[in-house]
Amino acid sequence: MRKDLDMADDVSLTEAVHRPGALSSDGGHRGNGPNIGSGLRGRRKAFQSLMFTLFRVAAAVNGIALLIIVTFLFAKGYSAITWTFLTQPPMDSMTRGGILPCIVGTICLSLGAIVVALPIGVASAIYLCEYARPGRMLRLIRLAINNLAGVPSVVFGLFGLAFFVIYLQMGVSILAGSLTLGALTLPVIIGSAEEAMRAVPDTYREASLGLGATKWQTIYRVVLPAALPGILTGAILGISRAAGETAPIMFTAAVFFTPSLPRSVFDEIMALPYHIYVLATAGTEIEKTRHLQFGTALVLIVLVLGLNLVAILYRAHLRRKRMG
Amino acid sequence: MQKTGPSGQTRVRIEKGVRILFFAIASASIVTLSLIVVFLFMEGLPIFGKVSLQDFIFGRYWYPTYEPPDFGIFPLIIASLSVTLVASLISIPLGVMTALYLAEIASSRLREIVKPIVELLAALPSVVIGFFGMVVVAPFLQETFNLATGLNLFNASLMLAFMSVPTICSISEDAIFSVPKELKEASLALGATHWETIWRVIVPASISGISTAVILGMSRAVGETMVVLMVAGGAAMIPTSIFDPVRPLPASIAAEMAEAPFRGDHYYALFATGIVLFGFTLLFNLVADHVSNKYRQVGAATL
Repeated sequence: MRKDLDMADDVSLTEAVHRPGALSSDGGHRGNGPNIGSGLRGRRKAFQSLMFTLFRVAAAVNGIALLIIVTFLFAKGYSAITWTFLTQPPMDSMTRGGILPCIVGTICLSLGAIVVALPIGVASAIYLCEYARPGRMLRLIRLAINNLAGVPSVVFGLFGLAFFVIYLQMGVSILAGSLTLGALTLPVIIGSAEEAMRAVPDTYREASLGLGATKWQTIYRVVLPAALPGILTGAILGISRAAGETAPIMFTAAVFFTPSLPRSVFDEIMALPYHIYVLATAGTEIEKTRHLQFGTALVLIVLVLGLNLVAILYRAHLRRKRMG
Repeated sequence: MQKTGPSGQTRVRIEKGVRILFFAIASASIVTLSLIVVFLFMEGLPIFGKVSLQDFIFGRYWYPTYEPPDFGIFPLIIASLSVTLVASLISIPLGVMTALYLAEIASSRLREIVKPIVELLAALPSVVIGFFGMVVVAPFLQETFNLATGLNLFNASLMLAFMSVPTICSISEDAIFSVPKELKEASLALGATHWETIWRVIVPASISGISTAVILGMSRAVGETMVVLMVAGGAAMIPTSIFDPVRPLPASIAAEMAEAPFRGDHYYALFATGIVLFGFTLLFNLVADHVSNKYRQVGAATL
């Protein structure tokens, strides 16, 4: 849909911009009268190409920044990635060995977060998209979601500490960390689920209702299946967001070192982002563990960017399918 | 109702139940946000038994572990604001220009490439960006500008800028994209160049969306924790140059919470710092919400 619009734009613009004859530059723009010389027109054109070059440079800067960060981490972290690194716990007070507990911990936490956020998020989206009528309540819920999305990650950490860890007596644990991360990913899930459900054509709903199905039957049997791919994309993005967060788990789930892998949801845990932070900032061996830091950072971005890439490609595939 | 019989009644009852259930779940966001506020205040307010609100906000010294301790977060507030300001000097032009590029100039094929790049940039974990700032940008700055430390306000701002560009870019792009085509065509038909159309028609028409994007981008920068924790340098002083090390609010909370004795004054002070930080982002978000609702472009006629 959007692509179609664009193409139409492109055509009309190309015509307008590249066929000066089609436009009357002498048309008294800003009331300068009919005698605008070709010099002024040339200057306007030159200014335009200057600005457009600037825009292109701005867009390129983003790509270059991403490229620099990713290639740098690959170049430096590549040598640290060995079988031992991925399958062994840290040894010799973190200066050797691997990061297995961190990988396991990060997987536990992000899956825990999505188990919390996905049902609540999808149900919220169903309400917002299918049931809610415009009014004060709807505005309040939207305001809450927007503000929740804007709460700083460290404040989520404080909240998790005060509410889950202390008040609900969960202690520093996978459970407390997952709930905190779940609260943080909730707006992401709601947003993508709602978008996916809004993209389902109304004719689907009308057809189902016309056949005598109730509203809930329509949602459950027609809207949700049609929106499922979009919801899954959102879930993947939610998992990757939760996997990369550090501040929310600092006080709620993550610790510097655990002697063994977690056995229950009440165990404290090691996690990739926190491991990078600790190795890079604390202790006396910062230089000595540099290669481990690069290795851990590489594992984390491969995990996070990989998940994102899957989501992006999947979404592009869906879009193509919808249009074709 | 009578015609549908008992099974129809059950259906109606189920429908009503489902509706109420979904409403209850949708309120989870309101409940969570309220719980955040309640627990921040519960754990943060006790500090004001020891320090007055004014001394806390405007106190110039943050020495929480000294005897007697000083709980003044003014340097931290200034640090947060200055880091955000410098970051937005970089991120606003970069983000808006990228958005204009995506919405106006890029061919659809190039956009298919650049858009995912911006999304991946948004997805980079903050701890990785912080780490990059520490091991790459800091030594580079230190050498190039001959500084005492490369971990400073400027470095943190630079890293934060790249974290808020995606926010600014994607929200601006949506706004720019939704400008009615008629406006653009009318401008081109009057003889304006494409650039003049962008500058005089498209940007003014989408300014509310762009402002929302900018505010949300700044809100992201204020609240971002790991980058300022790892890269800003950590000195709780009011900066005099952009190469001074600083200690923004989130950095202070994240760095000290682990050592603060449980429910001691320091612990309460950190939660109170959290309230201030939360207040900043809440303010940014409410303003953004207001701007996007009030000045929304509806149709072509309101320009």
